[in-house]
Amino acid sequence: MDEKTILINGNRLTIQPEETILETARRNGIDIPTLCHLKGAIPTGACRICVVEVEKARALMPACTTPAQPGMVVHTESPEVVNSRRISIELLLSSGNHNCSVRKSDTGSFTSFQLEVQKYDNTDDLCPVWGDCELQDLAYRYQVSGEAFESTKTKYPMETVNPFIVRDFSRCILCGRCVQACNDIQVNNAISFGYRGSEAKIVASGDRALKDSDCVFCGECVQACPVGALVEKECRYAWRPWEARKVKTTCSYCGVGCQLTLHIMDNQVIKVAGTEDVAPNNGSLCVKGRFGYSFIHSPERLTTPLIKENGKFREAGWEEALNLVAKRFAEIRDTHGGDSMGVLTSARVTNEDNYLAQKFARGVLKTNNIDHCARL
Amino acid sequence: MTNTIADIEEADVILITGSNTTENHPVISSFVKRAVTRRGAKLIVVDPRRIKLAEFSEKWLRPNLGTDVAWLNGLMHVIIKEELYDKAFVEKRTEGFDALKAAVEKFTPEHVTEITGIPARDIVEAARIYAGAKAASILYCMGITQHTTGTDNVKSLANLAMLCGNIGIPGGGVNPLRGQNNVQGACDMGGLPNVFSGYQPVNDPGNISKMEKAWGVTGLSDKPGLTVTEMVPMAHKGEFKAMYIIGENPLVSDADLNHAEASFSQLDFLVVQDIFMTETAKTADVVLPSCCFAEKDGTFSNTERRVQRVRKAVEPPGDVWEDWRITAEIASRMGYDMGFENAEAVFAEIAMVTPSYGGITWERIDREGLHWPCPSTDHPGTPILHTETFPIGRGKFFPIAFIPPAEITDDEYPLYMTTGRVLYHYHTGTMTRKTEGLNERSPESFVEISKADAAKYDLKDGDRVKVASRRGEIEVVLSVSDKAVDGTVFIPFHFAEAAANRLTNSALDPVSKIPEFKVCAVKISKAA
Ligand code: SF4
Ligand code: SF4
Ligand code: SF4
Ligand code: FES
Repeated sequence: MDEKTILINGNRLTIQPEETILETARRNGIDIPTLCHLKGAIPTGACRICVVEVEKARALMPACTTPAQPGMVVHTESPEVVNSRRISIELLLSSGNHNCSVRKSDTGSFTSFQLEVQKYDNTDDLCPVWGDCELQDLAYRYQVSGEAFESTKTKYPMETVNPFIVRDFSRCILCGRCVQACNDIQVNNAISFGYRGSEAKIVASGDRALKDSDCVFCGECVQACPVGALVEKECRYAWRPWEARKVKTTCSYCGVGCQLTLHIMDNQVIKVAGTEDVAPNNGSLCVKGRFGYSFIHSPERLTTPLIKENGKFREAGWEEALNLVAKRFAEIRDTHGGDSMGVLTSARVTNEDNYLAQKFARGVLKTNNIDHCARL
Repeated sequence: MTNTIADIEEADVILITGSNTTENHPVISSFVKRAVTRRGAKLIVVDPRRIKLAEFSEKWLRPNLGTDVAWLNGLMHVIIKEELYDKAFVEKRTEGFDALKAAVEKFTPEHVTEITGIPARDIVEAARIYAGAKAASILYCMGITQHTTGTDNVKSLANLAMLCGNIGIPGGGVNPLRGQNNVQGACDMGGLPNVFSGYQPVNDPGNISKMEKAWGVTGLSDKPGLTVTEMVPMAHKGEFKAMYIIGENPLVSDADLNHAEASFSQLDFLVVQDIFMTETAKTADVVLPSCCFAEKDGTFSNTERRVQRVRKAVEPPGDVWEDWRITAEIASRMGYDMGFENAEAVFAEIAMVTPSYGGITWERIDREGLHWPCPSTDHPGTPILHTETFPIGRGKFFPIAFIPPAEITDDEYPLYMTTGRVLYHYHTGTMTRKTEGLNERSPESFVEISKADAAKYDLKDGDRVKVASRRGEIEVVLSVSDKAVDGTVFIPFHFAEAAANRLTNSALDPVSKIPEFKVCAVKISKAA
């Protein structure tokens, strides 16, 4: 047998140094489901969704933490694997308020469960991330419901006291992705696992509210959370994935130039996510890029040209305003010369806008008095 | 940046100075923190405030305000004296080493301590750490440039990097972090008084005739123009007649705001084009409403020279146009038809006349941006600059003398003040202050002071205080903080109603014409 290859589902694949089984598989387009795995973070092996059968191994192995060794023979969807995954998913579904209709509804138990969930969340809707949830996807893929195990009650109340993030402990599956996102990726070290066993909870230092902790509201944890336990406050229950249009663009705040995915409904930006897997930010954002989008739809936006008369602005049409500007600029250029005029362009507008601003100053006003405020 | 953002994680040593990275470039700060916590890179922070990153650092050096040239020369003194520099690099790639050596000769650690207040031992240790790295990256921001000696500071950083061969290698470089999203692009596009796009000098006859031909115009001026910091005093004297301000709010961001206000009121005609009625727009004769980034197509160039797409996601409110379209419409009414159908056509012209953008098309950057220089459509872009040579052949060392800041403290104004940003706001706040959540986290301006200074002036956390300089005064809330060091206070500049720039000094760096925002002398007293 070739030294540097393994067999996955009968496919002979070359492995790369220090690669896990998961990485070899994904690189070759073989899908192994994961839940606690977070790209770029240190794997924890907590959820056991990614287990695979490795021939000659005594137990199923988590693909996300097991190094790919030459000669391994791996099965990713054998009956034993599927069975194990089903049990894992059932356990997760029964722990908390997973009211995404994957329960059997013929026994009538869903109704009472749903009523309880609604009371906790003060809404009559289904889960806020219905259709945008990795646990729900898995339940559907492996056709399991949440009724196999006695459902466990939620111990902790929802946290809604900060402006950006709702922490719904009733939907937390303790996968730890938020902790990895905060500590391994953003290195803000604001949250960690607290308490033990059935009391387990993700806590900010000293089990305080996020707003009183080291949290800087980058929202990396929200983006990492596979379920509905961490959701942006502004858009909770405000959208469903099939209703929103997504547009990729560049953040308009600082010079990092993070790539953003704007979520649009009814001509409104309703949510911003970091665009995964592209430079420079690989999905990370800061509080401004992720949560600072209200200005776009602010009622204070200027909506029409304004001309000042006797010290007061009055609304004007474009024709009138542009003609006035052109006339005055031409007069001043022709009487005092272009060098008595200046253009300040902007570090905030696009390259195309900037290019035309300097072309205008140089080509039309005939002056090199063009600058922007980056010095300021 | 000479190197890329991702490249920061390749460095063994990272030297950060004049950048409160966690608040101003949060996502870049994560690259730095990961390099330290996950790869064991050593971080040296040189900053007058005990910023968050100091917690991650191997060494935090605390220089007196405005003494950057001194500590930098001090590091080089040690590195040369202990022969820790990269001799091969200095030999092969640089010139002017002897002059540099002579210039840093007198900056012994002890002498540097006198000027900067940094203990001599720390200078020596920091020098050894930096010089000991296989690859060391330097990151800096406005804390370095916004000084009367800003240009000197930047040259000194370049000296240090070249001395240790940290140019043109992965994990190395001299990396300015650009404050605003498209500062890089505004400069690249020729939004500067002395160059066309791609830094092609306006006083070069070849460039003039090239542009005249490309634009179909005649009579382009070959006389470099004025910077914004020069235009304002011209206006004050009544020698400046008209201004067209696009998307900027100099009436909050300008140093010595009181003077700027008086100057703008002297103009015969002021046009402001913006998305909001800013402080500057209020003083205009005509205000033209423009689209925000989510309402238009185009490109931004980030701090690592990566040209990236901006895409229209929503329709603008009311009757609002893209900035470039407004400018083109004014031009055509002045008899010059620019004739662009859309922003992509503008970009195509940019690529045509700008060699460093020559190979970039919107199609190529659809998924991921490219780093300029990218001269041809089959060129992969240039993530790391100067790998083989410098544009001028050899890298030149500049011997730099230490010049103290323009304003120093005295009995009447006993405290140094420096300015900067906070995480939750951006620049003059016109955008971030429209988001309730951001305001809730950071509702108003404050002055940050050390415990000892607060006690000295008999002030408590939360007091309303008056901060006054030789130019003006503002009222803010006092915040007693561990970040502050005795003798120096800090005020963020986002808040128009208590604008820090009523206090700051407009003395300029002689070359860059950047005002000394980062140092002035103030006094504090309880507000009546
Ligand atoms: S928002 Fe950011 S800092 Fe706060 S807990 Fe989440 S990842 Fe950590
Ligand atoms: S909050 Fe979300 S990401 Fe964090 S442990 Fe719970 S389910 Fe996982
Ligand atoms: S998300 Fe934050 S770090 Fe990224 S570009 Fe926007 S402001 Fe900068
Ligand atoms: S994804 Fe591998 S153990 Fe959770």
